[in-house]
Amino acid sequence: MDHRPQAWGRPRDDVYGAYDHSYLQNSGPKQATQAPIVTGTSVIAMKYKDGVVMAADNLASYGSLARFPDVKRLRVFLDSSVVGFSGDVSDMQFLDRHLTDLSIDEAYEDPSCTAAPNGKGHLNAANLHKYLQKLLYKRRNDFDPLWNQLLIAGFDGHSKPYLASVDLRGTSFTSPSLATGFGSALAQPIMRRYAETEEDAAKLTREQAVEVIKECMKVLYYRDARSLDRYSIAVVTKDGVELKEDEQLEKQSWAFAERIKGYGTQTV
Amino acid sequence: MFRNNYDNDSVTFSPQGRIFQVEYAAEAVKQGSVVVGIASKTHAVLVAIKRNAEELSSYQKKLFPIDEHVGIAIAGLTSDARVLSNFMKQQSLGHRLTYGRNMPVRTLVDMIGSKAQINTQHYGKRPYGVGLLVAGVDDHGPHLFEFQPSGMTEEMVAFAIGARSQMARTYLEKNLEAFADCGREELIRHGLKALKESLVQDRELTIDNTSVAIVGVEKQEDGTTKPQPFMVYDGQDVSAWIESVADNQEAAPAAAEGEGMDVDS
Amino acid sequence: MAAMFSQNPLMNGPNYSFNDAPRTAAPEGARQHRFDPYTDNGGSTLAIAGADFTIMAGDTRLTSGYSINSRYHPKLFKIGGTTADQKDATIVLSVVGFAADGEALKERLDAICKMYRYRHGKPMSVKACAQRLSTILYQKRFFPYYVYAILGGLDEEGKGAVYSYDPVGSYEREQCRAGGAAASLIMPFLDNQVNFKNQYEPGSGVGHALQERERKPLTRSEGEVLVKDAFDGAVERHIEVGDGLQMMVITKDGIEEVLLPLKKD
Repeated sequence: MDHRPQAWGRPRDDVYGAYDHSYLQNSGPKQATQAPIVTGTSVIAMKYKDGVVMAADNLASYGSLARFPDVKRLRVFLDSSVVGFSGDVSDMQFLDRHLTDLSIDEAYEDPSCTAAPNGKGHLNAANLHKYLQKLLYKRRNDFDPLWNQLLIAGFDGHSKPYLASVDLRGTSFTSPSLATGFGSALAQPIMRRYAETEEDAAKLTREQAVEVIKECMKVLYYRDARSLDRYSIAVVTKDGVELKEDEQLEKQSWAFAERIKGYGTQTV
Repeated sequence: MFRNNYDNDSVTFSPQGRIFQVEYAAEAVKQGSVVVGIASKTHAVLVAIKRNAEELSSYQKKLFPIDEHVGIAIAGLTSDARVLSNFMKQQSLGHRLTYGRNMPVRTLVDMIGSKAQINTQHYGKRPYGVGLLVAGVDDHGPHLFEFQPSGMTEEMVAFAIGARSQMARTYLEKNLEAFADCGREELIRHGLKALKESLVQDRELTIDNTSVAIVGVEKQEDGTTKPQPFMVYDGQDVSAWIESVADNQEAAPAAAEGEGMDVDS
Repeated sequence: MAAMFSQNPLMNGPNYSFNDAPRTAAPEGARQHRFDPYTDNGGSTLAIAGADFTIMAGDTRLTSGYSINSRYHPKLFKIGGTTADQKDATIVLSVVGFAADGEALKERLDAICKMYRYRHGKPMSVKACAQRLSTILYQKRFFPYYVYAILGGLDEEGKGAVYSYDPVGSYEREQCRAGGAAASLIMPFLDNQVNFKNQYEPGSGVGHALQERERKPLTRSEGEVLVKDAFDGAVERHIEVGDGLQMMVITKDGIEEVLLPLKKD
């Protein structure tokens, strides 16, 4: 019998054969995320005259399996910004915890600004986007990427509506409307019809923007096989964030489906 | 003969609960020439007396820009100040790089506070022999902070450190109420007047020995505010300000805000 | 058997010094997704040096694959100003290729220029900045910034200067350079129109007797027209170029920036 502490709690060699210590090996190649596992599909967002609207459905898929049908993918940061996550859900949860730490640090750092009107002095959406871009870019440089594409909505330093994206490689950009994943092909053309330029977006009312976003969510549900009809929608205004996390797609019509022909084995 | 047994290092308390090395470091600050800082609702200024070691040498710089929104005035060991200045520069540059914003002034000051405190609690280390006045602007407006070798930092409305600075502080205390609503020119004049109080008998402010630095937020036409970067003025650039506080001018009514000064605003 | 005594490590296989060598072969049928750290975000840039000016230009489209991510993503950056808004900058960097690397490169060069200014109290010359940029790129020789950079400014004599780079830091001062997706479309046009390549004096003879058209520096307006024409051409023939044309003209009076529309199709 082996009485060394290293052997405590391990299967007995004489019964089970030599214990495989290889998982304890800390030399050899480093393991990093090689592919996303549980994933969230598109996040879409667009600016309007006094803020930004963002939406994402509540599904986390495991490949083609609709694995977790109640996962919230929009996250409020410091009551003034929203981050929308698509891509790997475990990386999303890591980022979520990280952002919680960040917001606590920020509140400790300068407690005076908690009381300040509209969170002045806090990290705004532009600051947050910059930070996340740096974080994701660093992880890509380490060949240990966070497998997400994020949308960040809120306000910049000049109190103008702000909307930006950053992906797993650290590529970042802004636009009056943004969509990740499937949404960039399906929703973005619809949103661009209403907000092609910043000037166009600055003319939209909140109701119009919400309407467009809901319409896009519907189109995504019709065509994206990894999507769900329950979704979250957030509206960021100067007064804060209004987040609704359990919305149901309304007025669906699947009549178009009958007319679709030519897929798979169907020939007529 | 009395010999102090409790001042060999900065980790030993004296029976009276004092740490002599830290107190001696604070003395080093009093060896440096005087610097004055004042903050109003819109600006923070630093003014300083520069010293030359001898007639033939140049004047030692006292005011240093850190980032576009922060600068420092130093009293004490210049070389120690440079270490802190470099550290602050690195930190504010790093903060700007990761967050894309001006580093909040208090955050920056807290960092040098923590850095300096470490030197007072580790054997073999020496406290910084320099005191700083940190002037800057952030989202909450202009700030003035005092930093001491002990690691103590404190926000101030107005303050002076360095040789004979008590006289300057007395001036500042007397005029305390006025500072909040001062414009930049007025604030500089108050600073220079405080500085004059601390001068030795037959010395006076000259363009060679006076430095002025300003940072502030300027109201724009559309009602928004815009930060005005930290700027240091030396030599001819300060002559108009020196003249405006010269003794013979004192009797004349206080000049109106910004009258005909050919400095950029 | 021969392999056992071979000095060639490849034949012996990797000589791991630890007990358990990593699993080499993945299970049968398992597909390994490897992370590709690069993408090409398309777009094109262009720079022309004149006698006393430099024109830098780039389109503002950002793509990945067939998607347009943004219609306004600048590729031109002012470098080395005192403040974050780069009001007093004199150097422009253009980057095209992988946008995240471009952004990182720009921020690094800018931070270096700002540190240079802090340490030396003066801005960096274009020549020094150009050399430094080469070093930065080469330092990442084995994990390169996937970026085609062009640096523009005015040299010590006030003449227009354009420095162009490959992703690993080879660089050269040139009269003009096109970079990015449509470089191969624009560069021949520039050779012909800026350096008058393949242009001869009419009637000057045949064969070796042909006289090349005399080269003379472009005027600023000629340069600007060339840039617009070059991009209009590129937009027509390259799907990754379009949306907006960002143009910066560097003269002794500073940097003028204009944004012109391009086709959005």
